[in-house]
Amino acid sequence: VRSCVEPQIEEDYQAVNVDLQTDATLQVDISDALSERDKVKFTVHTKSTLPNFKQNEFSVVRQHEEFIWLHDSFVENEEYAGYIIPPAPPRPDFDASREKLQKLGEGEGSMTKEEFTKMKQELEAEYLAIFKKTVAMHEVFLCRVAAHPVLRKDMNFHVFLEYNQDLSVRGKNKREKMEDFFKNVVKSADGVLVAGVKDVDDFFEHEKTFLLEYHNRVKDASSKSDRMIRSHKSAADDINRIASTLYTLGTQDSTDVCKFFLKVSELFEKTRKIEARVAADEDLKLADLLKYYLRESQAAKDLLYRRGRALVDYENANKALDKARAKNKDVLQAETSQQVCCQKFEKISESAKQELIDFKTRRVAAFRKNLVELAELELKHAKGNLQLLQSCVGVLKGDT
Amino acid sequence: MKMATSSERSPPPFPEDLEPEPDEVGDQDSDDGEDIFLGADNPLEIKMDHSLPASDIASSTKPLSEASSAPVMDILSEPASEAFSAPMMNLLMEPASETSSAPMVDLLMEPASETSSAPMMNLFMEPASEASSGPMVDLLMDPASDDLKEPPKPDINPLADIINDAPLSEVKTPVAAMTQEPPSDLFDDEPSELFAEPRQSNTAKQQQTSIFDEPDEDLFSEPLGEALKKPQNDVFKEALAPVAKASNVCGPLSDNYNEDPTDIFTEEAITTLPSAVSTVSVNSKTNGVHSDEEEPDIFAEATVELSLDSPRNDRKKKEAAKPSASASAPSVSASASKPQPKTLEELDEEIEDKFELNISITNPEKVGDGMNAYMAYKVSTQTTLPMFRSKTFTVRRRFSDFLGLYEKLSDKHTLNGYIVPPPPEKSIMGMTKVKVGKEDNSSAEFVERRRAALERYLQRVVFHPSLLQDPDVREFLERDDMPRAHNTQALSGAGFLKMINRATDSLSKMTIKMNESDVWFEEKLQEVEAEDQQLRKLHIMVDSLVGHRKELSVNTGGFAKSVAMLGSSEDNTALSRALSQLAEVEDKMEQLHQEQAASDSFCFAELLADYIRLLGSVRASFDQRMKTWQRWQDAQNMLQKKRETEAKLLWANKPDKLQQAKDDITEWEAKVTQYERDFDRVSATVRKEVLRFEKEKARDFKKQIIKYLESLLQSQQQLIKYWEAFLPEAKAIA
Repeated sequence: VRSCVEPQIEEDYQAVNVDLQTDATLQVDISDALSERDKVKFTVHTKSTLPNFKQNEFSVVRQHEEFIWLHDSFVENEEYAGYIIPPAPPRPDFDASREKLQKLGEGEGSMTKEEFTKMKQELEAEYLAIFKKTVAMHEVFLCRVAAHPVLRKDMNFHVFLEYNQDLSVRGKNKREKMEDFFKNVVKSADGVLVAGVKDVDDFFEHEKTFLLEYHNRVKDASSKSDRMIRSHKSAADDINRIASTLYTLGTQDSTDVCKFFLKVSELFEKTRKIEARVAADEDLKLADLLKYYLRESQAAKDLLYRRGRALVDYENANKALDKARAKNKDVLQAETSQQVCCQKFEKISESAKQELIDFKTRRVAAFRKNLVELAELELKHAKGNLQLLQSCVGVLKGDT
Repeated sequence: MKMATSSERSPPPFPEDLEPEPDEVGDQDSDDGEDIFLGADNPLEIKMDHSLPASDIASSTKPLSEASSAPVMDILSEPASEAFSAPMMNLLMEPASETSSAPMVDLLMEPASETSSAPMMNLFMEPASEASSGPMVDLLMDPASDDLKEPPKPDINPLADIINDAPLSEVKTPVAAMTQEPPSDLFDDEPSELFAEPRQSNTAKQQQTSIFDEPDEDLFSEPLGEALKKPQNDVFKEALAPVAKASNVCGPLSDNYNEDPTDIFTEEAITTLPSAVSTVSVNSKTNGVHSDEEEPDIFAEATVELSLDSPRNDRKKKEAAKPSASASAPSVSASASKPQPKTLEELDEEIEDKFELNISITNPEKVGDGMNAYMAYKVSTQTTLPMFRSKTFTVRRRFSDFLGLYEKLSDKHTLNGYIVPPPPEKSIMGMTKVKVGKEDNSSAEFVERRRAALERYLQRVVFHPSLLQDPDVREFLERDDMPRAHNTQALSGAGFLKMINRATDSLSKMTIKMNESDVWFEEKLQEVEAEDQQLRKLHIMVDSLVGHRKELSVNTGGFAKSVAMLGSSEDNTALSRALSQLAEVEDKMEQLHQEQAASDSFCFAELLADYIRLLGSVRASFDQRMKTWQRWQDAQNMLQKKRETEAKLLWANKPDKLQQAKDDITEWEAKVTQYERDFDRVSATVRKEVLRFEKEKARDFKKQIIKYLESLLQSQQQLIKYWEAFLPEAKAIA
């Protein structure tokens, strides 16, 4: 299946989740995307006045794995320990949608032509929506990086944007995946330990409690919103099927009641589109927002973990120094190590504070933007629905 | 007056006959008579036909108003007493004194002396005592048929006779027994006014007619007009019965009756019931007596009666020729008068317009405990129909009673091709929950849904003109101590569905055999089947929508709580506030979805379920038609065989068995004719029923779906309200 993103629709998806300062010196977007059998190819388009780029404007083709590579390179870079690393975009998942399309093909014989066409259109629309969302998430990641004062200068990032060949990043192999898994286990166990340590700084102590709770709640809200939207979509699908059955019922003969059925069918056909739009918009403005902040709050938590870890290291180094001084043994080494830890901790603390403040600012702005848009869309759809219903009821009543 | 004997048969007067009457009858008539005869030749005929029934109606109304069963006697006793004994004298005296005397005297005196004969008395007394039911009809029918055969040239005379006879005879003998007082009223009021003047001039009569013009037009003018087109035979047959009855029933009535002819002939080109009743003639005075007090009522009720009952009675008559006693007697007369000429549609509409019966089912109540518990419902009826004992009454019924009612109705009416509305299915699941006594949402919803379904079911039953007439229906609505219905199990749940399926199976099998003579039925059946299929599909989808909407409601509720929590942990005050506002909006949406799911279910899914069941009944009635057809075919085949046998016997020259064979043939010929008639009748009923069903279906669907759309509309309005309130909150985030 090949699809392209229509630019005007993409606007809907663009910068949905985050508030991005636009900076003319480096602007990144995904101008096009191609979906092939098992991968999506994104055309990353860059406009920049920065001197380290050879040209002012250029495009490269990137795949999901390359985005992940870029993200991981940020995470692994010690330099960036004090920053909230923009969360990696989720893996494009068209499997469910593809599977449905395939099933539809198998079941073609068992339904009427109209039903089939309708179902096919629906699935294609669904597929397109997932596709666009995927594109949008990848774009948001790049935009976040491009807007970050430090990360935007990252070499890997520049290579990612400019190098017009395949970066030949490969997916992680089994061993590496296992390692990642263990690292994560250790990290989360450690995270609990570190989180238990009382912070010396009230600001961070507060942020820590807040983020822990916030993350859990946004996770809950995200999954609940998904469920809500899923049932909303199902209801819209039902209305769609009701509309087509009513249509069949209405075409059986040409009596009054059949005309009536046709009119109602027509109405339902329209309202279900609106209903589906409502579900889609809630998905976009609400569920995606929550999902993004689920990942972003995880990234913020990761930052706090790194800082916590550094703090623990620093304290341990202090203790080791005290011990060394008491025993008068390896004092110099301990001093050096203590200083390194101290510096690292202070550096993280310094940038982390600003990062967390920025996180909050971004969050509030994003929520504002999305909630306002959500309310406006809900209103628009409800009014559209209302109008349809009113005129239809008017016509039907006039008939009777 | 001349032909006293002929008075026995109350033959329908014909226009030609009229002319002599005025002369004979007297001055009074002459005036009117001239008008009428001069003006309207054609109209006369019509009027003639109807005048009879009209008078019947007038008379029959009385009984109706009075509990409909015993009435005849009452009528005789009360009114008669008033009208007769003295009135006779008055009649004779007063009018006489007022110039018109001679005719009057003639009218009254002659017949009295001459005819007032015994037979008349018999006629009147017997049936009367027997409560006006079958015998009456018989009595009446005979003469009617006679008349038909030898159409009444001489009728006028007889009529006149009858007129005179009836009252007179009663006056003589029965009167003594029954009556003594009233005439003074009668004659004082009306006669003086009406008679005196009219005699001299027509104006009086005109006035009178005008008085009655209104009712006339409403009730009778239409039918009359249409009657022209219709075969008179029918009218007569049926009309006669009532007429005779009327005359029999009582003095006054008979007067009316008598009057009609005279009136008709004399006065009113537009003759109609009321006019007949009230017109000035001697006889009318007796009516006048009634009219003073009772007439308005009588008419008021009569109209209702007419509109409602007549069609049914028609049908009944066609089918069963012996109308049930109480209701039928009056209704027969009613039906005779007008429904015949009317087209079905018109009748239906009229019924709807004048329908005065509201049924509601309320207060579902659990009776008993454990597995023997059941739900009892309050069935309240509000009606102005005279067939019920009172205007409002309530009974308590349980679900199986409803099933029992269906079973009774189905047994009786399905055979004739009627579409008997089916009750909701038994639901073991639902009831068990209720029995176990879980006071949760779903069992409350179940009870409410069932209550509504039963209500709709019952409304459909009473809305059906034929079914409403069924004594079982009335018993169900009125009787306090209903005997428990048994064996309703057979109809419950799966059993019921099975029955429908069986019906359809056999139906489809038979369709193959039956080479349909009438394309209409074939097409309709196909339509019904296709519709059934689509409705089932639709029902499944709407059910699914209900399910998803409920799920949506639950999930929205979950999300609302979750957002509220998120809001409480958000440390930006404005955002926190906005989130908790959002939670509130979602909370309300949960409620909204919940309500919407309920209206999906109540307005839409239930409607579909009803009609899926009803289509089952429709198919059953098609099936019934097919069966009747099959029986007819079988009989034809049998007749064919018998004929072959006869031929063989003839050929074999066996005269001894020949007679038997001939008898067989005659027997089977009769059967074939009978079965063919049955088939035609059932076909006609099915067609009528299907048309009626379609009309109701269209109405129901429109009503319900519009209601449903309005519920959607309200949801959207609420939604707009909620989001509009939220928008400023979202904008206030900073």
